[in-house]
Amino acid sequence: MNEVYSINGPVIKVKNANNFHIMEKVFVGKKKLLGEVISINDDHTVIQVYESTTGLMPGEEVICTGESISAVLGPGLLGNIFDGIQRPLHAIYKQDGIFIKPGTNVPCLDMEKEWEVDLKVKVGDPMRFGQIFGVIQETSLIKHRLLIPKNISGDVIMVKPNGSYKPEEVLLKIKDKNDNIHEVTMIQKWPIKEPRPIRDRLSLSIPLVSGQRVIDTLFPIAKGGSAAVPGGFGTGKTMMQHQFAKWCDADIIVYIGCGERGNEMTQTLEEFSELIDPKSNKPLIERTVLIANTSNMPVAAREASIYTGVTIAEYYRDMGYHVALMADSTSRWAEALREISGRLEEMPAEEGFPAYLPSRIAQFYERAGYVKTYSDKLGSVSIIGAISPQGADFSEPVTQNTKRFVRAFWALDKELAYARHYAAINWNLSYSEYIGDLSKWYNKQVGVGFLEARQKFITILAEENKLMEIVKLIGKDVLPDDQKLILEIARVIRVGYLQQNAFHKDDTFVPLEKQLKMMNLILYLERVANNVIREGKAFSLLLNTNMFEKVIKVKYDIPNDNLDLFDDYYKMIDDAFGAIK
Amino acid sequence: MNLQYIGLKKINGPLIFLDNVKGIGFEEMVEIRLENGSVRHGRVVEINGDLAAILVFEGTRDLSLNNTVIKFTGKPMELGLSKNILGRVFNGIGHPIDDLGPVYVEKYLDINGEPLNPVSRLYPKNYINTGISSIDGLTTLIRGQKLPIFSGSGMPHNELAVQIVKQAKLTGSDASNFSIVFAAMGVTNDVANYFRRSFEEAGVLDNVVMYLNLSNDPIIERLLTPRCALTAAEYLAYQHNKHILVVMTDMTAYCEALREFSSSKGEIPGRKGYPGYLYSDLASLLERAGIVKTASGSVTQIPILSMPNDDITHPIPDLTGYITEGQIVLERELHMQGIYPPIGVLPSLSRLMKDGIGAGFTREDHQPLMNQLFASYSRVMDARSLASVIGEDELSPADKNYMEFGRLFEKHFISQGFVNRDIKDTLDLGWNLLSVLPKEELDRTEEKILDKFYDHEKAYYRFELNKNLYIKELKKEEH
Ligand SMILES: Nc1ncnc2c1ncn2[C@@H]1O[C@H](COP(=O)(O)OP(=O)(O)OP(=O)(O)O)[C@@H](O)[C@H]1O
Ligand SMILES: [Mg+2]
Repeated sequence: MNEVYSINGPVIKVKNANNFHIMEKVFVGKKKLLGEVISINDDHTVIQVYESTTGLMPGEEVICTGESISAVLGPGLLGNIFDGIQRPLHAIYKQDGIFIKPGTNVPCLDMEKEWEVDLKVKVGDPMRFGQIFGVIQETSLIKHRLLIPKNISGDVIMVKPNGSYKPEEVLLKIKDKNDNIHEVTMIQKWPIKEPRPIRDRLSLSIPLVSGQRVIDTLFPIAKGGSAAVPGGFGTGKTMMQHQFAKWCDADIIVYIGCGERGNEMTQTLEEFSELIDPKSNKPLIERTVLIANTSNMPVAAREASIYTGVTIAEYYRDMGYHVALMADSTSRWAEALREISGRLEEMPAEEGFPAYLPSRIAQFYERAGYVKTYSDKLGSVSIIGAISPQGADFSEPVTQNTKRFVRAFWALDKELAYARHYAAINWNLSYSEYIGDLSKWYNKQVGVGFLEARQKFITILAEENKLMEIVKLIGKDVLPDDQKLILEIARVIRVGYLQQNAFHKDDTFVPLEKQLKMMNLILYLERVANNVIREGKAFSLLLNTNMFEKVIKVKYDIPNDNLDLFDDYYKMIDDAFGAIK
Repeated sequence: MNLQYIGLKKINGPLIFLDNVKGIGFEEMVEIRLENGSVRHGRVVEINGDLAAILVFEGTRDLSLNNTVIKFTGKPMELGLSKNILGRVFNGIGHPIDDLGPVYVEKYLDINGEPLNPVSRLYPKNYINTGISSIDGLTTLIRGQKLPIFSGSGMPHNELAVQIVKQAKLTGSDASNFSIVFAAMGVTNDVANYFRRSFEEAGVLDNVVMYLNLSNDPIIERLLTPRCALTAAEYLAYQHNKHILVVMTDMTAYCEALREFSSSKGEIPGRKGYPGYLYSDLASLLERAGIVKTASGSVTQIPILSMPNDDITHPIPDLTGYITEGQIVLERELHMQGIYPPIGVLPSLSRLMKDGIGAGFTREDHQPLMNQLFASYSRVMDARSLASVIGEDELSPADKNYMEFGRLFEKHFISQGFVNRDIKDTLDLGWNLLSVLPKEELDRTEEKILDKFYDHEKAYYRFELNKNLYIKELKKEEH
């Protein structure tokens, strides 16, 4: 029997054991705590335990399972909320009450629920990994396409008739070329640290549209791409993730609360159950999987939560869906790595983080992609990771290493947040490398004007930046009128366009069409104002027309479903500026 | 199972080591009996085969390798609780120190608590009226929230905490259900007495439970004090449906105790010597706030911490800010100008307020007012920094306007003294102040709200603005 020898927080050691393998799932002690083998040498085996080890004693048994820590994949994931090791929190609440107890054992998915299955294959059909063999209406929004699990290929020798079945009932039997017979159910397991294979990686050419102007316009992310949102506390990382989860045009959302607040997960759960998706008129929760490993839950499970989430995301991708995954916050995940590494007394690299931090970060973001699946469909996983840098200092290892592996970087700024300029994305520090790949799409789907207007915005903001250097020293009053105008237009862009109110019914989500119209209006204002100034009229007279304020408030005054109102503004500008004597 | 051992193998700082022990559990509590009969308390912090490391909360002073008997209790540290704890005073490990004898125990609870299942939480939405404008108006406190005060030595954080407690108790239909749990870590006798006196003056002493680890008490004991307090708070809230306000001070002393423990254990230190798990450890305390579906009570936390060197990026305030649902930041500059409470409103934040304010809670205009006040006040900062370069006289009329607005805002809105101000008055005052500025400057606010609340005339008279009314002057100059 393998026995616990030493205990140090979530790390335990077993002496003189030889039957473990790396990354094997084990059960530790009388309470059968879930654990994973993380290192083996001739003297001892090290196991990290995903639950609290309080009360564990040396001498208690450690049981091998022969399998890796895996996600349980099947219908019932959507609308559900799990902890980092995929234990269902609703079911645990029913069983154990308000607190989560170590050793709780509840099946990940409801195994008693019956699902209406439409089987898509017949006896004799050849089947391989990843092919679709049946369809279940999982929620009113999403069809769950049942996929052949791994290591199974052969001919169908038995298939159940359409009807309702429990998840673990055999739906299909497949005989492989060695005459072995495999039984297939709705459920499959997948090791969370192993990416699910794909047929082909495709180039990224379609944006993940979020309705957040500063993102869609200035720093877009592609479907299948990855982005990082670093920012000090209270700068709006979680709000940004929530806005994406609510409004982005993905089919499926996987939201991982990794080492963050309990109340935030409750809020997500409550809000998403009530919020209606504008496209489908169904509650958003029907397309969402929530993973909540809050900051006070065991730290090793925090490390697992990221992998559990991305495995579920890949599974839906393989059905042919576009999945967006939010991880809030990847810093807490990195800190979990650091804590475990510290307990193992590994040689630390930068700031105590283990030397393998960069490769772990890379492996995670590499699981994003736009792909052709083994079901011959197109699907994608986009990853948006929040980063919580110590002291809001972006030079720390997690931010720096993440920057190497993501192509969109949305830097949140404390000063902007203090001024309540939300989304507090600093336009000077942020970037998106996707813009080139996406230009074709923008030109075709939104109009050629979009990227041109974008470029003009960037130029004006850059000029403002330069002028502000001077203003800081001598004040605004001494600038010539044309430069005053640049500052004023930049203000209109900042306050009227970049700044967006997540709590306002129209402003919370803005379709690309309105974004383009807003940009065009602002640029028209700039052109006309410029002409007036060139005619030698004083800048202060322009200010008195109040047109700048009017254009700033367009975001509130023109509802998303009445964009014709924009036309009135052009006339207003002409009239107001034309009247200047 | 009660195992006893005589003698130690090694003593190192607050840690003692025993060998040849069998059948003990990780994080189990132990009792250490000295030759002179006194008893100390410890916890198993690491087990290596038959070698156990034990952290002694009262410190290892006077211990030798052979003058002790160690008794293993077979369970983690538990606190005996009943409603009778109300009105009582305990030391930092939960033993009564008020000469009123032991408390009747209805239930023993593990002081480490267990993580709340997010599914069992209710999202907090009811605001607590503190009567303080800069809190109610700009960083509203919500029942079930954890909202720390970031302060520094010599600033009036204790006064503020007391004022919140005194004024908050007065409102709401469940006022009678309101109790306070107070935890002191490493603060002086004076401070503890100040709180005690203030609770007495407010007539709430019978509804207060105090856990005191004062500056001359054992340092490592501080690791248990907030856990005792929070266990009591959860018990009262979730089993007796009480609304509990937990005031914990000083969290910085708590963190220093944790650092001492960690370094004596030989752990790899993180930033400024604090252990890498400081975030998780603080979260295990601060996450014990909230409201659950199965009880009508709530746990609201107001932890107080002093920022070393007033540095908000120091690991203690930094990590706290990443865990709590906002923060109230006190600023020395305001304090030096004699402004009380010296709340720096720009870095302060309440994350839960968005769902607890507005129509049906406070007033429909609360959210837009708050946004505009923040935006306008941050413009004041720009104007001030420009003024410090070119002089106030050289500022543009618009910037001069902001300077005036800034002064009035600090004088009337932030500086409030110990009066209790109604939320309606706070909001009206906010609009009056904004109305000092030209209407066009209020670019965050929708027109229809401004039409209703903007009133320059009123501001002009209320604040006795300078005769050469700024707004007219602006217009004059431009025409
Ligand atoms: N787009 C937005 N619109 C309006 N308010 C916002 C927006 N973004 C952020 N805020 C405000 O800022 C607060 C803090 O935002 P958030 O909780 O997202 O910060 P965070 O970066 O996730 O912080 P932490 O690292 O501590 O979790 C919110 O509660 C909200 O009041
Ligand atoms: Mg957050």
